[in-house]
Amino acid sequence: MKYIDEYRDGDIAAKIVERIRRVQRKPWVIMEICGGQTHSIVKNGIDHLLPKDIELVHGPGCPVCVTPLEMIDKAHAIARRPEVIFCSFGDMLRVPGSNGDLFSIKSQGGDVRVVYSPIDCLRIAKTNPDKQVVFFAIGFETTAPANAMLAWQARQMGIRNISLLVSHVLVPPAIESILSAPGNRVQGFLGPGHVCTVVGYSEYEPLAEKFRVPIVVCGFEPLDILEGVLMIVEQLEQGRHEVENQYSRVLARGGNRPAQELIAKVFTVSDRKWRGVGTIPSSGLRLRDDFCDVDAEQRFDVEAIDTAEPEVCIAGQILQGMKKPHDCPAFGTECTPQHPLGATMVSAEGACAAYYAYGRHLKDTDLVNIGGKG
Amino acid sequence: MKTEEKLNPFGACPLPIFDHPQIVLGHGSGGKLSAELIDKVFLSRFRNPLLEKLDDQATLTINGTRLAFTTDSFVVTPIFFPGGDIGTLAINGTVNDLAVGGATPLYLAAAFILEEGLPATELGRVADSMAQAARDAGVQLVTGDTKVVNRGKGDKVFITTTGIGVIERPTQLSADRARPGDKILLSGTIGDHGITILSQREGLEFESALASDCAALHALIARMLDAAEESGDLLGMRVMRDPTRGGVATVLNEIADRSGVGMLLRESEIPVRDEVRGACEMLGLDPLYVANEGKLVAVVAAEIADRVLEAMQRHPLGAEARIIGEVTEQPAGMVLMKTGVGGTRVVDVLFGEQLPRIC
Repeated sequence: MKYIDEYRDGDIAAKIVERIRRVQRKPWVIMEICGGQTHSIVKNGIDHLLPKDIELVHGPGCPVCVTPLEMIDKAHAIARRPEVIFCSFGDMLRVPGSNGDLFSIKSQGGDVRVVYSPIDCLRIAKTNPDKQVVFFAIGFETTAPANAMLAWQARQMGIRNISLLVSHVLVPPAIESILSAPGNRVQGFLGPGHVCTVVGYSEYEPLAEKFRVPIVVCGFEPLDILEGVLMIVEQLEQGRHEVENQYSRVLARGGNRPAQELIAKVFTVSDRKWRGVGTIPSSGLRLRDDFCDVDAEQRFDVEAIDTAEPEVCIAGQILQGMKKPHDCPAFGTECTPQHPLGATMVSAEGACAAYYAYGRHLKDTDLVNIGGKG
Repeated sequence: MKTEEKLNPFGACPLPIFDHPQIVLGHGSGGKLSAELIDKVFLSRFRNPLLEKLDDQATLTINGTRLAFTTDSFVVTPIFFPGGDIGTLAINGTVNDLAVGGATPLYLAAAFILEEGLPATELGRVADSMAQAARDAGVQLVTGDTKVVNRGKGDKVFITTTGIGVIERPTQLSADRARPGDKILLSGTIGDHGITILSQREGLEFESALASDCAALHALIARMLDAAEESGDLLGMRVMRDPTRGGVATVLNEIADRSGVGMLLRESEIPVRDEVRGACEMLGLDPLYVANEGKLVAVVAAEIADRVLEAMQRHPLGAEARIIGEVTEQPAGMVLMKTGVGGTRVVDVLFGEQLPRIC
């Protein structure tokens, strides 16, 4: 398939790996920010291709994973209401709250629907004028423009039976939080390609400067990730700490201006709680005050729901790159995608769920040895 | 499960401890939730040696005649789709479940659950399709039943077909017969049916017209068995399956599990249409788990694999057949895949439905 196959070529991959081997002298710890990158790394076995001394740790960029438990509980409280059609991105449906998931609510008669675009909610609202259509607006900067567009268009079209349950988070404050943490091990970042498609990467430049870490904004295909790793290793070995753009076929430094303007019209920066991590100041988006009429938290009076997270899993440390899924005694035993204990096991893009789905509950070495025979 | 045994020292629990107090959609996905449902609710109560094999059909010997016997229910929205409709699915699905057991399909029964308000013309179209599909497959529909439920209590039409066929050759086809060294054959592109249905249901529009692969496989399978017989190794045909819901990944995991063997697939050998790959890329789905309705997976002894493959490729339904991997000794019960970029990953069974990803 054009524009995909070119970035999955095994021969080119082997050549990039060889270049990484030639450049690399010292051991380095590199974090990929995005859940999509984590998924691609584990799905394609990219970490197994890299030299032993280059460790990839998995970052906080899985939007489903970091959505706090109390927000999931609020979503479930709203979805249970008989007058509500609750619309969500697909992978939120299996995320467990304090009491079951959206699939269970659907099986008990709740009207829960998967949408591929938030804009689909407009059509659902128009064809169901006697129902309240609620969209679970989660995600990083990537999904913010489409979510903002829903609120904007609902207003423009005068559709009043739409509201948004907003739990938006932002990447740069999370990077700052990781780098400021006392136990930080991360020495370079694969930056979030799709987030930067929207907001650009100029706001990463002060971070690279302040913490003296290289950040390479990177795509999601195997060759993107390998090239991104090569660019970081080159910077680290040369003592540089710049923001570079590996994903130039898709994004530019300034990002997408109209999308940024739309986000600014509908949302404003706020403090946000991250599942497994806690509250990070100015790390999210909320609806602006003049859009409070589409705020589902207010419309359905669920603001008071405040769920404490169980302190059983090490998701917080995994999301900050301090530990890997294997380091958790519950991984693959007590904690599986069917019975997730924490954030990183709940979505396909979470590090624990990705490790589990692609068989990493075996020891890595077993997998490499077995695979190597073929 | 261990805890269950502890709680029920006096034998099988009449109400099995179940993760879900209610049935969820994932119980119908063909993944781990489906397996749990079958195991805890049904197998525990109906256990017998024939059922325990959990093949697509039961193989019965009556007065010295070997028969294949199977049943399947069909629920699909929309009921008409490019490449077929619920009627063609209901005939071909049951024909295929018989054929993969090495049987010549003979007779079918069909039961219809109709929803009040279903236009009679639509039911007529479905029946026409069934008649045509039955003629094409050389089977006769010889008995049936009809029920009507209140509007809103069904979804237009549900069809259950039950089939019987005769196994004329001394085959031994079963999911527990894969052996290290065997080759894994796939008859063509994967995911066509599932993505066609998804695109119709969700109103996704693709540039080119993708159609369901719905087809009866008995003739293709007969050619494969001919080739094996001509090679003097009919028993080298170990397992055949049609990878419907849960896709190729789920079927191969079942075989690996039942046979106590490993498998190593080569991603580059697995044919996927560009339209299907495109849709899967966009939605975050993996075609290995997407349903097919006219494809075949076969595990075949290495010695006869090339001849069987050639026989497949000479049949229109197997023109794109490939050897996609090998059966290995280790890791027992697991399916591994060499990825296109040269890494290795495990291809596991999903818990429930594949969910489209957020971004």
